[in-house]
Amino acid sequence: MKYKTILGLETHIELKTEQKMFCGCSANYFGKLPNTNICPVCLGLPGALPVPNAQAIAWTILIAKALNCKINLESYFERKHYFYPDLPKGYQISQYLKPFGYNGYLKIGGKRINIERVHLEEDTGKLVHGQGAHSFESAVDFNRSSVPLVEIVTRPDLEGSNDAVAYLKALQLLVKYLGVSNADMEKGSMRCEPNISLVEKTAWNKNHQLPNYKIEVKNINSFKFVKKAIDFEEKRQALLLDEGKTPKQETRRYLESTGKTEAMRSKENAHDYRYFPEPDIPPFAFTQEYLVQIEKQLEQTELPKERIIRLKEECKLTSEAAQVLTENKELGDKFLELLSSTLEFSPIDIANLLINKKVALNQATEQIMAEIRKLLTKTEIKKGQLEDAVSNVLRAQPKAVADYHLGKGNSLQFLLGQVLRVVGRQVEVGKVIAELKTQLNRS
Amino acid sequence: MTTISSLLNSYRAKKRHPKEVVEKLFAQLEKHNPKLNAYLTFNKLAIKEAAKITQFERPLAGIPIAIKDNFCTTGLRTTASAKLLDNFIPPYDATVITRLKQAGAIIIGKTNMDAWAHGSSTETSDYGTTKNPYDYQRVPGGSSGGSAAAVAAGLPPFAMGSETAGSIRLPAAWCGVVGLKPTYGRVSRYGVIAMGSSLDSPGPLTRSVADAALILQVIAGHDRFDATSSTEAVPNYLSPSTIKHKLTIGISDDYFEGVDKRVVEQFWAAMKIFEKLGHTLKKIKLINPKYSISIYTILQRAEVSSNLCRFDGIRFGHPRSAFSQQAKRRMMLGAFALSSGYYDAYYLKAQKARTLILNNFKEEFTKVDLIAAPTTPTPALKIGESENNPMFGEIMDQLVEASSIAGLPGISLPVGLTAGLPVGIQLIGPWFSEKKLVDLSLEFEQETQFSKIKPPHFYEI
Repeated sequence: MKYKTILGLETHIELKTEQKMFCGCSANYFGKLPNTNICPVCLGLPGALPVPNAQAIAWTILIAKALNCKINLESYFERKHYFYPDLPKGYQISQYLKPFGYNGYLKIGGKRINIERVHLEEDTGKLVHGQGAHSFESAVDFNRSSVPLVEIVTRPDLEGSNDAVAYLKALQLLVKYLGVSNADMEKGSMRCEPNISLVEKTAWNKNHQLPNYKIEVKNINSFKFVKKAIDFEEKRQALLLDEGKTPKQETRRYLESTGKTEAMRSKENAHDYRYFPEPDIPPFAFTQEYLVQIEKQLEQTELPKERIIRLKEECKLTSEAAQVLTENKELGDKFLELLSSTLEFSPIDIANLLINKKVALNQATEQIMAEIRKLLTKTEIKKGQLEDAVSNVLRAQPKAVADYHLGKGNSLQFLLGQVLRVVGRQVEVGKVIAELKTQLNRS
Repeated sequence: MTTISSLLNSYRAKKRHPKEVVEKLFAQLEKHNPKLNAYLTFNKLAIKEAAKITQFERPLAGIPIAIKDNFCTTGLRTTASAKLLDNFIPPYDATVITRLKQAGAIIIGKTNMDAWAHGSSTETSDYGTTKNPYDYQRVPGGSSGGSAAAVAAGLPPFAMGSETAGSIRLPAAWCGVVGLKPTYGRVSRYGVIAMGSSLDSPGPLTRSVADAALILQVIAGHDRFDATSSTEAVPNYLSPSTIKHKLTIGISDDYFEGVDKRVVEQFWAAMKIFEKLGHTLKKIKLINPKYSISIYTILQRAEVSSNLCRFDGIRFGHPRSAFSQQAKRRMMLGAFALSSGYYDAYYLKAQKARTLILNNFKEEFTKVDLIAAPTTPTPALKIGESENNPMFGEIMDQLVEASSIAGLPGISLPVGLTAGLPVGIQLIGPWFSEKKLVDLSLEFEQETQFSKIKPPHFYEI
C-alpha cells in the first residue's frame, strides 16, 4: 500500500465502583428503569456539588501504574464545557492539564504502544431516541450520569486495525485482571474512538511528520466493528488522497448496518471547551505512601502476562490452553479454583475439560468437581459385564447392526453410544469398540 | 428588642408559643411585604410546623427565619430571583437548611435578591427591587437585600444570606443590621445556587451579634456533601469571650479612597469606641482595593459563565432567553476570559494576583489581630442610581472584595446613622477567626446603642 496508517486510540472504561464518581448513587446502572438511579448531584440540579469518589481515583492510578505511567502527584479536576442534552451541568468534570497518569506504555506482541495519558472523568447520561410516531422525540436517561469513566489515550503508534484490536483486547484484559471494570464493549462499559489519518509512505520515511488532519470515529461497540471502521476509513481516506484531496478534519460515526462511517460534526478544537480548574473540588496532593500502597496492590494482582507464564510453567499447560485460560479470565479463574481444591487429577486434564466445555460451570464447585471426577476416573469393567452389555445392545438395535454390515460408518458410533449409556462413560472407549467389533463380526 | 434568646425564653416560660409568633409575623408581612418586597415566596406550612413544637431545648426551637432565595428548600419554590427558575421547586434541602430545620427553626419564606446574586442592590431581581426600611426610595443593598430588609424591618430579625463578595456585608451595612460572612469553607455551600464557587459563603443577617453567633453555631462545620467545606473544628461561638488581652486592630489608608466623608466620620467615631475599650489601632498597608475589583471581576465572571451552563433551556421550563441582561453580560465576559488564548492573560493572571492578595493579608495578620474598614463607600443609594453602571456592584463592594478573594471571615456592624441612613463598619479576621470577630463585636455592641436603632418601617412580632 502507498500509505502508512497513523492511528491512535482513545478508550473510555467505566469503573465498577460501588458509587458514582461524584455522588452516592449506584454506579451499576445497567438494566435499571430510566431515571431511577439519580440524585440532585448527577442531575446537575442548582446548588448540588460534586464530591470525588476516592476509590475511583485509586483505581485510575492503579490502571495508570499497570500501564507503566508516570503519576502526577499534584493533580486536579477541570471543567470541560460543551452543550449536549445528556450533560446536565453543561460541563463535564474531567482532567486536562494534570491527568493522574501520563507517559506510559502497553506491550502487544513485541510492539510497544505508548500511552499519552490516563485521566478520570464522569460519564454522561444517555439519549433515547423515539421510534415511529415518536421519532421526533428524544428522552434523556440520567442513570449513567456521573459514573466514573477512565480515559486512556495512546500516541499515534498503531499501524492498522489489527494493532487496534490487539491493543484493545490487551487493555480490556488488563482492567479485568485489575478488577476495576467489566470492560464490556457491548454493554458500553468499554468504548473506543480511533483517530485515523494516512500519510504517504515515502513522505513518512523522510521526516516522520504526522498528517495535518485526523478523523475521529465514534459509535463503535465491538472489536469486530473497530476493525471494520478502521479498515473502511483507511480505504475512504486513501481514495481522497489519491485524488489529491485532504480528508476534512471531523468526527465521524460508524454505522453498523452498512459497515461505513459518516460525518457527524467537524472536529472541535480543545480550546472551545473553556477548561478551567473545578472550583468545587480541591486539588489533590498524593503522598508517596499513597502511591506505595497502590504499587503494592498492583504487585499482588496477577496480570495476564503473569498468569500465562504460571499456567505454562507451573501447570504445564500447552501454550494454546494457557492462552485460552488467560484470555477468558472467568474460565481461567474457575480452572485455578478447581485446581486448588484437588490434587487427584492433572491440571492438563482439568484444563481440557473446561476448554472443551465438557462440564457445566454454572453450579457449585463441589458439583463441578463431582462431574470432573466422574469423567476422569476410569473404572475397570469386568469382561463378562462388558460382553453382556454389548450383546444386549446388539439385540435391541437390529437396524443399526444391519447398517453396520451394509458398511454405514456411523452405525458403529451409534452403537458405541448405546453401550456407553449402559456401562458409563468412565469405561475406556477402546475396550468397548474392540468388544463391539468382535461381537458384530461374529453375528 | 426581639432576639433569639428573648423568643426562646418566652417559649420556655410558656409566655408565648411559636405558632402565635409566626401568625403575627405573617399578619405583618401580609400588610407590609407588598411595599417592602422583601419576600418572593412564603412557606405556607410555617404556621402548621410552628404549632407542632412542644419542646424548646433545641437552639432555634420555634425561631422564625427568612431564607435568601438561592438556598434550595424541599417543596418550596427557589428562584434565585430569576424568572428562568420561576417554577423550580427543589427536591432537596441545602445543608444549611437541613441544619436550621434540625435546630428547630421555622422557615418563613424566601427573600428577594439580585437575580443569580448578580448585583448589590436587588435591582437586578426579576421580581422587582426590595425597599430599604430606612427609606422606601432607596435600595437595601444586595445581593442578600431581601434578607437584610426583612431583618431591619423585624420581619423577622433573623435571616440567612450568602456572600460572594459583599452580598452579606453590604446590605447589612445599608440596612443597619449585623452581617456575618464566614471563612470560605466554614459553612457548606451544598444546595446554594452557585455564583462564584470559589468564593460563595453562606452566613447570617441579624439585628444582634449574639443572634448571628447562634445561627453560625448551627450552620458551621464540615459537610460531606461539599468537598470544599473545612474539617477545622468549630469552636463554641457563644462561650464567654476568649479575648484574653487587648487587641491590635489594623487600618489601611487605601480603604478610604473615594469613600463618602460622612461614612469616614462614622468609621473613626466607631474606632474611638474600640480605643476606649482598650484596643489599639495600628496602621497597616493592604493592597489597594481597586486591584481587587479587576481580580474579582475576572474570577467571578469566569465561574458564573460556567455555573450558569446548566440552565440550558432544556430543563426548568424556560429558554436561555429568559436570562436577564446582567446574567448574559457576565456569562459573555466569563466565557471570554476562559477562552484559549485569553485564559493565561485573564483567568490565570487573576489567580496569581489572588495569591498576592492572600499573602498580603497573611503578612499583615502577623502584625495585627483584626482589620477594620468601612463596609461600603456610601450609605444606601436611591433606587435607579445604579442603572447605567454595569460595574456598580463591583464598585460598591470594593471594600469587601479583597477579603472575599482571600476567603477571610468578616462582619459588618451598624455604627449609627448619617442623614437618617445607616452606616456600617467591617471587621476582617484571619481564616477561621469567627470567634474572635464575634467576641470583639459583642464588646462593641454592649458598649453602644447602635443595634437598638430602628428604621421608620419597623414592625414588632
